[in-house]
Amino acid sequence: MMNSLILQTATRLLLGLMILFSVFILWRGHNQPGGGFIGGLIVAVAFALHALAYGVRAMRKLLVLDPRTILAAGLALSILAGFVAALGPGGLFANPYLEGRWFVTYTPAGEKSFAIGTPVLFDIGVYLVVIGGILAMVQGLMEED
Amino acid sequence: MLTAVVAIFLLAALAPSLHRLLPNGSHWVLALGPAAITVWFASQIPAVSGGAVLTQAMHWVPALGVELAFRLDGLSLLFALLVTGIGSLIVVYSGSYLHGHEHQGRFYLFILAFMGSMLGLVLADDMIGLFVFWELTSVTSFLLIGFNHEDARSRRSAVQALLVTATGGLALLAGLVLLGLEGGSFRLSAVQASEVDLRGSALYLPILGLLLLGAFTKSAQVPFHFWLPNAMDAPTPVSAYLHSATMVKAGVYLVARLQPTLGGTEVWIWTLAGFGAVTAVWGGLMALRSTDLKKVLAYTTLMALGVLTLLAGLGSEDAIRAYCVFLLGHSLYKGALFMGAGGVDHGTGTRDVRDLGGLWPKMRLTGLVILLAALSMAGLPPFFGFVGKELIYEGVLEADPAGLWILAGVVLANATMLGAAGLVFVKPFLGRPTPATAHAHENGPALLLGPAVLALLGLGFGLMGSWPAGLLQATAAAVAGRPLALELHLWHGLTPALGLSALTIALGALLYVGLGPVTAALAGLARLSRVDFDAGWDRLLAGLDALARAITRRQQTGALTWYMLATIAVLTLLPGVTLLARGGLQWPDQPVGDDYVGWALCGLMLLGTAGALWARTRLGAITALSIVGMSIALFFLAFSAPDVGITQLMVETLTVIIIVLVLARLPKFGPLERTGAGLRLLKAGLALLAGAVTTAILLSVHAQPLSPHLSEFYAAASYVEAFGHNVVNVIIVDFRGFDTLGEIAVVAMAGLGVLALLKARGAPAAEDQKRETAP
Repeated sequence: MMNSLILQTATRLLLGLMILFSVFILWRGHNQPGGGFIGGLIVAVAFALHALAYGVRAMRKLLVLDPRTILAAGLALSILAGFVAALGPGGLFANPYLEGRWFVTYTPAGEKSFAIGTPVLFDIGVYLVVIGGILAMVQGLMEED
Repeated sequence: MLTAVVAIFLLAALAPSLHRLLPNGSHWVLALGPAAITVWFASQIPAVSGGAVLTQAMHWVPALGVELAFRLDGLSLLFALLVTGIGSLIVVYSGSYLHGHEHQGRFYLFILAFMGSMLGLVLADDMIGLFVFWELTSVTSFLLIGFNHEDARSRRSAVQALLVTATGGLALLAGLVLLGLEGGSFRLSAVQASEVDLRGSALYLPILGLLLLGAFTKSAQVPFHFWLPNAMDAPTPVSAYLHSATMVKAGVYLVARLQPTLGGTEVWIWTLAGFGAVTAVWGGLMALRSTDLKKVLAYTTLMALGVLTLLAGLGSEDAIRAYCVFLLGHSLYKGALFMGAGGVDHGTGTRDVRDLGGLWPKMRLTGLVILLAALSMAGLPPFFGFVGKELIYEGVLEADPAGLWILAGVVLANATMLGAAGLVFVKPFLGRPTPATAHAHENGPALLLGPAVLALLGLGFGLMGSWPAGLLQATAAAVAGRPLALELHLWHGLTPALGLSALTIALGALLYVGLGPVTAALAGLARLSRVDFDAGWDRLLAGLDALARAITRRQQTGALTWYMLATIAVLTLLPGVTLLARGGLQWPDQPVGDDYVGWALCGLMLLGTAGALWARTRLGAITALSIVGMSIALFFLAFSAPDVGITQLMVETLTVIIIVLVLARLPKFGPLERTGAGLRLLKAGLALLAGAVTTAILLSVHAQPLSPHLSEFYAAASYVEAFGHNVVNVIIVDFRGFDTLGEIAVVAMAGLGVLALLKARGAPAAEDQKRETAP
């Protein structure tokens, strides 16, 4: 904890922005630069900054969940996303694990307007694992004992 | 056959629950399973005696050509009957023997699991299957010897048995693989039937040596015998079952199984006969010297294993007949004797021969059972043991190359059996009553059933030689690899073998009468022997520990500097040397770019590097290094790889944050960092070399024309198949999603690992202390 007014004020502003930005990066990742890994890193940096400014306990409170829980949830989500592939045509075992499954809506003109699929779920899993993994390290390093 | 093996394993899995339901009667119920299987195997006797062979095979690991193949011929059938038949009796017996033990259910689990493994072992035709079952018997034997795991001696014995037999198991695996490759098939029966001349093969000696190492450790041949007497720390049902009737016979089973394939050469005969004879004499003499009933029996088991090895080695027709008969006879009387000895222990509370005496009026039934079995062991007519012994003499006499020494050894070993028989019956039952036996009581039916059945079979088979003859003839045929006639008679006429029997009985009686001086003489011998082996084992383990510690101390210094040096040296030298040796070094023919952004970033990186080199503090060095990292991120951005660029930027930021956090916890610059000039030079040289090799590799890679195949595929398929415009991300989450899954698993493990290491920091005071007290 640094007790610097500048850092504290800046962090308060930056934290929300960075989290929003990370979600944006995660979401647009499929079509433009970005993705779960980068998004996760951004969130991790944001919280690490918060920990530097206000101390690790404040960060932990803000995070609500234990980093390890986030990590486990992310890994589980990614693994589960792979199983959705089995719902494809040809029966349970005809589809390879992790094959993408998509839900697509079309505009009246026949163009794709909205698409969501298992790779997005998978990417959210990556996002959570990166957040959890890094924050677990940061928390471990900063905790006073 | 597969059903039988699987059924026993299932029964093992259910045993603890069943025992909880029926704490007093579970042994009777559990014994029904193996008993039913025994009946099934017994029903196969007529067919197998007639020369039929049952086979069954299913794919196990088809990609590797591994099958689960079972084959039931005479040898397998004899063993299968012993395993399941004696096994059923043992289950009943242990129900009473361990009655009220808190882990009785677990015991059933272990012993049934062993039964399944052993049955699989003797039925397996595929070598890999044979090996797996072989190892399973070692593991279950370990669990059973260490059943009383609170006792340090039991634990030591269990580990010793496991290490000795599992080391042999590894040799066995190597031998089997060689045999399979050389013989052209991994089916034992196919190798045996094939035309390949294994005996003339250049690999014959390695194959034989490895396989025999496996067999000798398992069957406790000198010098690997020391684990067997120690294994007597197991509960008595285990000693009766594993360490006399079944598991230790796995080695002699293997030898007999291989006899038609590999046997008959000079090396084979002399190795097996030599080791077998030494083990037989050794075991016999040691038996006379022991005072613990179970140790006496353990050493007589060594004697039997030695004789069986010897007979399988000689390989003549009579020797093979003797092998089969003695194998069956020994299992019957030894199982009975062990269970009887356990009954004595149960009834009096001691197994020490010196404390036992005058039990006859109190334990008539147990005494009768032990008497019958002991007479069979002594090789007296009309017991089955006598038939076996006569055949052994005929086998040894017939085998010309065996020579007089082996004959003398076998006579001596058999004579000691008579002495040992006296030791287990005469003294405890007919000797003067002792205080320990004052409150002796007779045992219940469950403790008597098993030994009584086996002892009576020993008598019955002796009197009615035609009963087992059909089965044993099939066994002999399987061992010999060709049909072999076998008839069993008590009276062979006035033969040399009969004369040797008479000599044996006289010598045995003499040994028993003169037990005092004999023991004293043997005590001197023993000081040179088992004590040595056992202590030598401890020294071997201590030596291994010391070696491992010395290597670890060298390798794991705990200084990060050394780890880094070693890692970077390997990462530099391996690809560097490969690049030079394979002539991969090339210079790209593209012109050097004149983009000023690139040059500017390069300049920035050099500045950062220089800063890191001249930095006085850690923080300064880290900050300077991060200049390099950030410049690389800018590189990516400038040359249109925004994804990688952003990632690099984030990773760089986090690295700095984390390193700063770590630095805050470190002590001031320590002595490790103030290194001498020599070490600094070494580090500088290595750093320059690493940079040079990396540069050379990158340049060489660049000199190759890039195949556009992959990038074109991704660019084309990315949107059509995966609905994404960002090729990089689509590759990460879709095309190569499985890789990513592995990577995030690594990230997760790393995070948890760091956390665990940091949390463990408080605890290691004890750890440090241990390290200091260790030499």
